[in-house]
Amino acid sequence: MAHSQAASIGAHSATSHGAGGDEHAQNPNLQHHFYSMAQQLEASTLGMWVFLVTEIMFFGGMFMAYILYRHLYPAAWQLGSHHLNVSLGATNTIVLICSSLTMALAVRSAQVSSRKGQIWFLILTIVFGSAFLVVKYFEYAEKFEHHLVPGPTFNMPTEEYPNGIIAPDQEANHQQLFFSLYFMLTGVHAAHMVVGIVLMLVILAMAIRGRFSASYYTPVEISGLYWHFVDIVWIFLFPLLYLLGAHLGAHGG
Amino acid sequence: MTDNISRSYLGAPHGVAAWLLTKDHKRIAMLYLISITIFFALGGIFAAGIRLELLTPKGDLWTPDMYNKLFTLHGVIMIFFFLIPSIPATLGNFLLPIMVGAKDLAFPRINLLSWYIYVAGALTTLAAVFNGGLDTGWTFYTPYSSIASETAVTTAAIGVFITGFSSILTGLNFIVTVHRMRAPGMTWFRLPLFVWAQYATSLVMILGTPVIAITVLLVGAERAFHFGFFDPRLGGDPVLFQHLFWFYSHPAVYIMILPGMGVMSELVAAVSRKQVFGYGFVAFSSLAIAILGFLVWGHHLFVSSQSIYAGLVFSIITMLVAVPSAVKTFNWAATMYKGSIMWTATTFWVLGFMGLFTIGGLTGLFLASMGLDIHLTDTYFVVAHFHYIMVGGAIMAYMGGLHFWWPKMTGKMYNEPGAIASAILVFVGFNLTFFPQFILGYMGMPRRYHAYPEEWQVLNVASTLGASVLFLGYLLPAFYLTWSLVKGKEAPANPWGAKGLEWTVPSPPPTFNFDEDPVVDEPAYNYKPTREVHVG
Amino acid sequence: MSEHVVTPVRTYVFTFLLLVVLTIVTYLVALQDFGVMNTPIALAVAFLKATAVVIYFMGLRYNTPLTKLVAVAGFFWLIILFGITISDYVTRSWIGVPGR
Repeated sequence: MAHSQAASIGAHSATSHGAGGDEHAQNPNLQHHFYSMAQQLEASTLGMWVFLVTEIMFFGGMFMAYILYRHLYPAAWQLGSHHLNVSLGATNTIVLICSSLTMALAVRSAQVSSRKGQIWFLILTIVFGSAFLVVKYFEYAEKFEHHLVPGPTFNMPTEEYPNGIIAPDQEANHQQLFFSLYFMLTGVHAAHMVVGIVLMLVILAMAIRGRFSASYYTPVEISGLYWHFVDIVWIFLFPLLYLLGAHLGAHGG
Repeated sequence: MTDNISRSYLGAPHGVAAWLLTKDHKRIAMLYLISITIFFALGGIFAAGIRLELLTPKGDLWTPDMYNKLFTLHGVIMIFFFLIPSIPATLGNFLLPIMVGAKDLAFPRINLLSWYIYVAGALTTLAAVFNGGLDTGWTFYTPYSSIASETAVTTAAIGVFITGFSSILTGLNFIVTVHRMRAPGMTWFRLPLFVWAQYATSLVMILGTPVIAITVLLVGAERAFHFGFFDPRLGGDPVLFQHLFWFYSHPAVYIMILPGMGVMSELVAAVSRKQVFGYGFVAFSSLAIAILGFLVWGHHLFVSSQSIYAGLVFSIITMLVAVPSAVKTFNWAATMYKGSIMWTATTFWVLGFMGLFTIGGLTGLFLASMGLDIHLTDTYFVVAHFHYIMVGGAIMAYMGGLHFWWPKMTGKMYNEPGAIASAILVFVGFNLTFFPQFILGYMGMPRRYHAYPEEWQVLNVASTLGASVLFLGYLLPAFYLTWSLVKGKEAPANPWGAKGLEWTVPSPPPTFNFDEDPVVDEPAYNYKPTREVHVG
Repeated sequence: MSEHVVTPVRTYVFTFLLLVVLTIVTYLVALQDFGVMNTPIALAVAFLKATAVVIYFMGLRYNTPLTKLVAVAGFFWLIILFGITISDYVTRSWIGVPGR
């Protein structure tokens, strides 16, 4: 056979393929192992979504614990939820939804090469995210005050269910379990918020230096995906944690 | 430095910083290779401690607490710091981009980050080893791990938590690379089966690892903050821990074996000089194993008070998951049938894998049967079963692959007689170590016990003797592979005459893999006869 | 692909308003006692909100079919974890075992 070893498996040489000629010369943001900006953006987006799948499974473990124990101890779950501050929870829900709006607008600003838009919307996103954490701080402080933190200080007041029955002692233990999950779920979520805010500060710094425009905005886009995901987790946490016992108070009998 | 080395990824840029800050997937693979070898040795030391104790029926070498720590740390280190990263992070990192025709993985910096995360997790776990140890078993069962154990459980949990992200990032990188960075003409069905196997492994890494991450976090939180997730006194359920733990840890065993199966497909084709029989079936079997593997975890909970009905379903699906593995084994055998066999050390590793993996797999069926499992669970039968798969299978494949691609990765040829001796020593030593354990387990010897009735001493002594031979078998490569780096013959681009994009580039490859972008127009394993054959 | 499509501001604002409205809805519904239906309703509303975020804010509708599949697969795998685990607890009484 006249073919060399290289040719014999069909991998013969070709100069750069892809529609854009040599995009590497045109766009310094194109990394060497990609052949076009489109491929780079698409790979990055896919990569971030794969990462978000891991986050789904990560929170999923805690949600599994929640589902099981709610199934086993429905009364304790309702009563525990009743002691959470629904107003603060609802406020935080709205705050996060606002932050998702400003985040989406920040990405859009980068897509249309508006440096001012990027900067202002990123700042707003950071502000809303921080507001969420501040509210959370007050919420947690309230829990400490009311002795609702699991551990030796836990002391849920035995109280009457709205229909007049006092919760038995064992329910107090199960309520401690509820609060364990409450702190774990919201705590891990808050940690993700902190990471998100740090991420946004980094993106903001880059945006101020004019790094992003219509020709390159991948980091803003994929950071935005992360931010929206953290919002989605809260969208599920809010009803599952705060709204379980909401109708108890309203009923009164 | 010889010419082929200095022109390759090994040559330039020089210096420690150039290696520690590299974005080159091949250099990162080498960093991993060094790290996991160190942990393999450490895990082996703990194994030696176990086998030495079991030479005598009485627990007279170590205290019971010490023995608990030995088997726990043997498991934790071997699984999390050796087996899970082994093939993906070394061979996978090195070969995957080249095999798909790319210049690097999709996210080179994330690749480097994954190594640093591995190191951070490893150091954290080492801190646990030296600051109280760990005695819960690698399975961390609650409530012992979350409440009662006085060892460094939290530290170890954090170490495992951190290391999980290394796995996740590797899997993420592989998935995006295989989907989005294949060279023109490299369709899915022209991909080497190693790539299919790595892809399937990556799916498992992505979907499973986060669950163990949150599970060990819950255990750590329970220890630190007195949360009651698994504390029966507060209404917590220890069986929930088992569900969450095994949801990952069963698929994890597929993370450990699937890459080995991928290596096997490559090696079998190369040593038989033949297209893999039933390529499509082998490719899809990797996906089937990955997916079915997520549906069987309850077979670890047969005696845990899990619902009998659920146990039945888990039992049936567990039997089903053996089918794709069997498909692969049959297809490899069919590939070798009437192949033109090239007898090198690699061939010995291949044959060793096929025999030992088959035994390991068949004994899994015993355990899959819920009724039999009642008798066999937590005995040495289980220990023998998983060692046949993980050592007889996965590590043999790893060694085979390491040898097969050694010339490509280092540009040097190793000493063939030494390699063949190593393969034979490992095969003999392995069987002597673990076959007696099937018998011991069937007779009722429990695992994780440091003492046993006198009548079982002969088999235990045989097992320890085998372990010594096994140790020699693994020690040999440490010498001749290192020796080859200094004094080995320069390796040609394709020393085995094998098919695959990696054999078309120099040994070792240049930093950006291909001087010009490859275009693929042939199926994988396109071996052709070298001379005409006339019939009649 | 999203790099070619710039979503108009209006779309984002409408999505935002939809999310706020759905939050109010879920809050008001929770104040009423619909018995066992409270939870499915709450989950359905949460799912709607999440879908709105995914499709409009995250722009998944402009991504490749593969990316969409990845997103769906993640949620599906969660269902596997939940469904199979809870099926253990729910079916424990189905087949009797001596002594239990």
